[in-house]
Amino acid sequence: MDFLIQRLPLYIDGAWITIQLTFGGCALAFVLAMVFGIMGTIRHWLPRAISTVYVEVFRGIAALVLMFWMAFALPQLSGFRLDDMFAAILALGLNVGAYGAEVVRSSINAVPKAQVEATVALNLSWFQRTRLVVLPQAWAQMLPTFGNLVIELMKATAVVYLIGVADLTAVAQNMRESTGETVVAFIGAFILYYLIAQVLIFGMRMLERRANRKLGRTPPRGKSLKSLAQSTPVGSAGGTF
Amino acid sequence: MPPSDTPVNAESPGVEGQSLIVFDDVVKRFGDLTVLDDLNFSVAPGERVTLIGPSGSGKTTILRLLMTLEKITEGVIWVGGEPFSHMRRGQGLVRASEGYMRERRKRIGMVFQQFNLFPNMSVRQNITEAPVHVLGTPKDEANARAKELLDLVGLGEKIDAHPTQLSGGQQQRVAIARALAMQPEILLLDEVTSALDPELVAGVLDVLREVAETTDITMLCVTHEMGFARDVSHRVLMFDQGQIAEEGPPEQIFGDPKEDRTKSFLRSVLDNGF
Repeated sequence: MDFLIQRLPLYIDGAWITIQLTFGGCALAFVLAMVFGIMGTIRHWLPRAISTVYVEVFRGIAALVLMFWMAFALPQLSGFRLDDMFAAILALGLNVGAYGAEVVRSSINAVPKAQVEATVALNLSWFQRTRLVVLPQAWAQMLPTFGNLVIELMKATAVVYLIGVADLTAVAQNMRESTGETVVAFIGAFILYYLIAQVLIFGMRMLERRANRKLGRTPPRGKSLKSLAQSTPVGSAGGTF
Repeated sequence: MPPSDTPVNAESPGVEGQSLIVFDDVVKRFGDLTVLDDLNFSVAPGERVTLIGPSGSGKTTILRLLMTLEKITEGVIWVGGEPFSHMRRGQGLVRASEGYMRERRKRIGMVFQQFNLFPNMSVRQNITEAPVHVLGTPKDEANARAKELLDLVGLGEKIDAHPTQLSGGQQQRVAIARALAMQPEILLLDEVTSALDPELVAGVLDVLREVAETTDITMLCVTHEMGFARDVSHRVLMFDQGQIAEEGPPEQIFGDPKEDRTKSFLRSVLDNGF
């Protein structure tokens, strides 16, 4: 335990890099998912085709290979070297954005046709319809899957040490090599990854709740410790037979 | 019949000036199924027309064509003396573009069987968003108008409620207010009480009676509520198999139908307790 506490600042530095990668990757993935997802629902063939190409290409390439390519191949081809952090964020964002685009597309398509017909009856333009009616309704549908993707992306950041970024995994790895304390070094990483994930899950749940409330739905409540404590324990009503 | 993408006669039918809506040899097919078969009829400004007939007879399709929710197969629809399903090009008519349809359908509003309120908006937003964004109405004015319309449909106090907090009948009354907020010249009512519990039907019909009495909006109404049809409509069209089987004033259609198809339809409707 002392081992971890002494080295906590190093872990925190690593975790901070992991958090930056996660948020950067998520931000990029979100924008790409929205743009290509919406393009995938447009009737004209061209935006649809562009969306399909993006999704199929970047879903099919392993994020790690993409990252290697950005960090090592691109400089050779173009003579221009991306910042390692930026290359990592780009690779993660492009990869997860492709999954996200599919989520956006299918969520938009799941908005009932009758809702779209009502917007036609009110003479809304495509843009107005999308912004005012379709996206707000599709949003609630997207969020649970987005939640999974956010966690996936966070965990996928664990490979960036391979292109030389000093994230949480890199810190644990260095610790192991320099001290030989393999078990403890990785337990530190476990705990911090788990904590980051919990915060992300909590944040996504809040967004989901809010989205459902806006649609007038009461979201199914997960069992919290508080609600478990409040419920009557089995058998406590005894003696009334 | 020429396919309707090729130019067809661009002469407005002779009834121009008297008719607000004209269906000119309209055919609508879904695949092999012909829903509207060479249909001709017209509606005068301010006229309230009820469409009755067995399900599958094409009544709802007429409303959906007018709302541009379906594309016409053959023939032309005219609104206000101008082509509606088509647009003029040179001497002829070609199929209307999205932009043209958007311009032309401004004057038309529709109320749906399943209300179709937007669940991501409050009652107020349901009524104000389209006037604000489409007509450019200032927000304050749209809000004041929403309040007026909600008072008209008896739901003034529900302005900040959420649609899911309302009963079906209340939701439908909000949907009527929402359609009226766009100040339509033509209001299409597609079986607006069919999805409601029986005790909620009267409230919605009362609102529509009020609208009919106090405005000069042209109404096309598909309904199984024969009492309502008799009270508010100037004319009743009885549809069967995509064609008009019989038409006339409500007293004649309900009191003294000529066609056997009309008689048997009315009998079946009455037997079902409508």
